[in-house]
Amino acid sequence: MTRGRVPVAFVAVVVALLLQVSLFPHVAWHGIVPNLCLLVVVAGALTLPAPSAMVLGFVAGVALDLAPPADHLAGRWALALTLVAFLAARVRQDVRPTAIAVVATVAAASFVGTSVFALTGLLLDDPAMSVPELLAVIGVAVVWDVLLTPFVLPPLMKLFGRLDPRLAT
Amino acid sequence: MGTFGGPEGRERRWRGLDRLEARNPAPRSLLVALVLASATLMTLDQQGGDDSPIEPVRRVVGEAFGPVETVTAAVVRPFTSVPSWFRSKDSLADEIERLEAENSDLRTRVQTAGFDRNRLEQYDALTAAAEELGRSLVPARVVAYGPSQSFSATVTIDAGSEAGLGPDMTVVNNDGLVGRVLRVTRSTATVLLLLDPESIVGGRVGSSMEIGFVHGAGSFREGGSLDLRLVDDSVVPARHDSVVTWGSAGGPYHPGVPIGRVTDVYTSLRESSQRAVVEPYVDFSALDVVGVMVPVGTPSDRAIIEADGSLR
Repeated sequence: MTRGRVPVAFVAVVVALLLQVSLFPHVAWHGIVPNLCLLVVVAGALTLPAPSAMVLGFVAGVALDLAPPADHLAGRWALALTLVAFLAARVRQDVRPTAIAVVATVAAASFVGTSVFALTGLLLDDPAMSVPELLAVIGVAVVWDVLLTPFVLPPLMKLFGRLDPRLAT
Repeated sequence: MGTFGGPEGRERRWRGLDRLEARNPAPRSLLVALVLASATLMTLDQQGGDDSPIEPVRRVVGEAFGPVETVTAAVVRPFTSVPSWFRSKDSLADEIERLEAENSDLRTRVQTAGFDRNRLEQYDALTAAAEELGRSLVPARVVAYGPSQSFSATVTIDAGSEAGLGPDMTVVNNDGLVGRVLRVTRSTATVLLLLDPESIVGGRVGSSMEIGFVHGAGSFREGGSLDLRLVDDSVVPARHDSVVTWGSAGGPYHPGVPIGRVTDVYTSLRESSQRAVVEPYVDFSALDVVGVMVPVGTPSDRAIIEADGSLR
């Protein structure tokens, strides 16, 4: 049940983070990689209970903020991914997760997440970025995340769902 | 399938209300708590600057993640370096050879810069930097890259305090300056690349010895170019001039390390200074083996390349 799924979700976050910093930069476009942690958080929000999903989002964000190559202000990804988890959990109540709904959720989540991160950057530090550059980065990030969705989300949602007997449909 | 909003979808959902949805409200109180927690983290980190209370936490997380990143990088390296896999049978020997060549090359450049600097003693007060000629290189490999979505350019290398590294040390590779060490854990170190928007390096134009500051412009801009702003606005750097680090005794960047080549020059009316676009010598999208400059005689857990090219 919840007790079994949440650790699995955290392991998924760690694996996603490692792949994101060590494997995907080799195929990155201008250093922009698919945000696997965000995909894990969205998958969690679509399958786990909302409170767990939000904590998962927060923890994944803190991990992104603190794990080695990161040097930005701590808490920025935590805020972004908490909001992503909250919004995805809200959306899920209104929409049954069909394939299109999942892709749309990921696209929206990716846009919101990266935008929130960029906005906190504009407000707090990193004044060097111009808005068109930010938008370009956000756009590429959304494309990456949507491209990876068919490969990442179904297995993760099946994994999180299978561990919960109540959700096995 | 359900639709966004719409009376029908809503109707169906409410009629088919199952236990899961009844038990899956997204609690606003938790949202507020987590948002406040994030805000607290940001505030703590911003208030403290370098002594922020987050720094020890970063270090602990780094101690945990660093070795795992090293292992992950080692696991994925055979797949990502397939093109070079076949010609890298004796890659270790090659690497050492390359680093040795790089080291002696750097040493020559550093000495030349020192000589020039001595001749120009009356013009600048940087001669102290020339005393720091003897440096050794700790070889390391890049094991993790920060994503561009974070709007910063940082990498993790697989050498840490056990290898003799410390904050603010200069990181170079075959081609020139890579960046500086931000923080270290026992087995890994985080390196701020030149490209990072927060990276500012004191630079010197090779031909005119004019000094300026090289700012990073973000890794996703075309070619990862840098921005050179000269202090003296009467001097126009020529195209294809090389830019080397200016360095200082206490500062993070070792003097005389090549940074890049001037590709474009323009005058900034707003800031009344000369600005030039500098193309870095280092290819930041293909970073692998790097060397970290440490003082001679630093104890290390691995072979150090000495200034004269020998291996210790």
